[in-house]
Amino acid sequence: MSMQSPTVASSASPTSTLYRKRVFTNRLALFLSLAAMASGMIFLLWILTTLVIKGIGGLNLAVFTQMTPSPGSPGGLLNAIFGSVVMVTIGTLIATPIGILAGIYLAEFGKTGWVAPTTRFVNDILLSAPSIIIGLFVYTIYVARVQHFSAFAGAIALAIIAIPVIVRTTETMLILVPASLREAAAALGAPEWKVVSYVALRAVRSGVITGILLAVARISGETAPLLFTALNNQFWSSDLNAPMANLPVVIFQFAMSPFENWVELAWAGAMLITFSVLAINIITRVIFRQRSN
Amino acid sequence: MNAVLQPYETPVTPTSKISVRNLNFFYGSFQGLKNINLEILERRVTAFIGPSGCGKSTLLRTLNRMYDLYPGQRAEGEIIMNGKNVLDKSQDLNLLRAKVGMVFQKPTPFPMSIYDNIAFGVKLYESLSKAEMDERVEWALNKAAIWGEVKDKLKQSGLSLSGGQQQRLCIARAVAVKPEVVLLDEPTSALDPISTAKVEELLHELKQDYTIAIVTHNMQQAARVSDFTAYMYLGDLVEYGVTDELFIKPKKKETEDYITGRFG
Repeated sequence: MSMQSPTVASSASPTSTLYRKRVFTNRLALFLSLAAMASGMIFLLWILTTLVIKGIGGLNLAVFTQMTPSPGSPGGLLNAIFGSVVMVTIGTLIATPIGILAGIYLAEFGKTGWVAPTTRFVNDILLSAPSIIIGLFVYTIYVARVQHFSAFAGAIALAIIAIPVIVRTTETMLILVPASLREAAAALGAPEWKVVSYVALRAVRSGVITGILLAVARISGETAPLLFTALNNQFWSSDLNAPMANLPVVIFQFAMSPFENWVELAWAGAMLITFSVLAINIITRVIFRQRSN
Repeated sequence: MNAVLQPYETPVTPTSKISVRNLNFFYGSFQGLKNINLEILERRVTAFIGPSGCGKSTLLRTLNRMYDLYPGQRAEGEIIMNGKNVLDKSQDLNLLRAKVGMVFQKPTPFPMSIYDNIAFGVKLYESLSKAEMDERVEWALNKAAIWGEVKDKLKQSGLSLSGGQQQRLCIARAVAVKPEVVLLDEPTSALDPISTAKVEELLHELKQDYTIAIVTHNMQQAARVSDFTAYMYLGDLVEYGVTDELFIKPKKKETEDYITGRFG
């Protein structure tokens, strides 16, 4: 007993080598993860502050009330803001039903066979496909055929980018629905489609909405697909069958121009997009948190 | 066996509601039930007891073919209800489950209002007017002894109730579709003693109208609520008989060991 007690005491004492080593490892791991987090945060804050500093000067009422100007004359971004909202809205309206239905298929009905695994694989590829490829694709199958750029083509390109995001989140959310809830609905004699649509989908409603909002955030900043499809329009246009102005392409063109007022508007537009996307993300999180509580 | 064809006789001499014959059940290649034979009597409570993994829940889940939701699980043999073998390929599963209701271990309220939780199942097979539906919802909630607690908040989410209330809501939901049989899979294992007592009282009420099969880990509960008890072990039905006899004077040594706590 007297032989053992010093050993027992020393292994737990704050001066033992083993203990000090563990404390050191702990601190090292903490430091490394903090450093990793900081490097991410620094760039985000850097981007945001640069945007605010450069963009705030160009941000005034005219941005929201006037059309994109010719070089040197005053103007705003109204037509581009309108065009972005229109195309993102149409794109989301196309993508949401397709994405949700495909997600339901993958999660609920595709348990056997090869169709679901293949679809899932292709969907994952689409999810990470470069958006310029999707722009070129829509250009080839639609714009080149009808011989002109159009807002509708832009909306289709955006929908193709949004679909895989919605498919993925819908599937992931539905898989999280406990089997007991499905069994409970089936035990009442509910056919499978009712179990899915009235019980399972309803249980993860907020998660699916989150997926849609994230898709909206993703497509509202896309430039490449619109460059090949909707192109741009210096004037007000609400014709879906004609080229339509939109924020990303306007930023792209204005930022690379030598004209001072264009560059200033590009910064203002960049700030608008970034903070809109940030707002969508924050709203998403708030909704998700409220619902899951 | 003729009695099986006349399901609504007075329960003075109990008739068989469900006859299980030579039932074998497989999870893939593992055999979960081995040649089970028993009669579940009408308007009586039949309890299934036994250690974990003995197959009592499996047996319950064959009665409404809940296992059909999962590929790789299959049952062989016969389960005769109302003169028909429910294991038949031709059996319509949704109609079977509308007749054989089930309540699960964990309360599973649907993510909708208390009212809609009850109305969901009713709407599947009946088209009632608003007034008739209101009446049915009240009737079902009364049956499950929860009407008084929820009558002022029928529009609130079913998830806002306490665990015991949620479970009684689930019982009300099962009863609302007016099934013939109610299966309960450890319905009180997630509940506190007061809620448990309420659910047990409920079973006494319900057996006036329904045939009840209950799986329980709690032997006192089986003794309190059931008329007949089946003791199962490793997929075998070891002993089946009148509850009082089985608990006081079991015929088999294994049963005695289990109920006296020498084993399990």
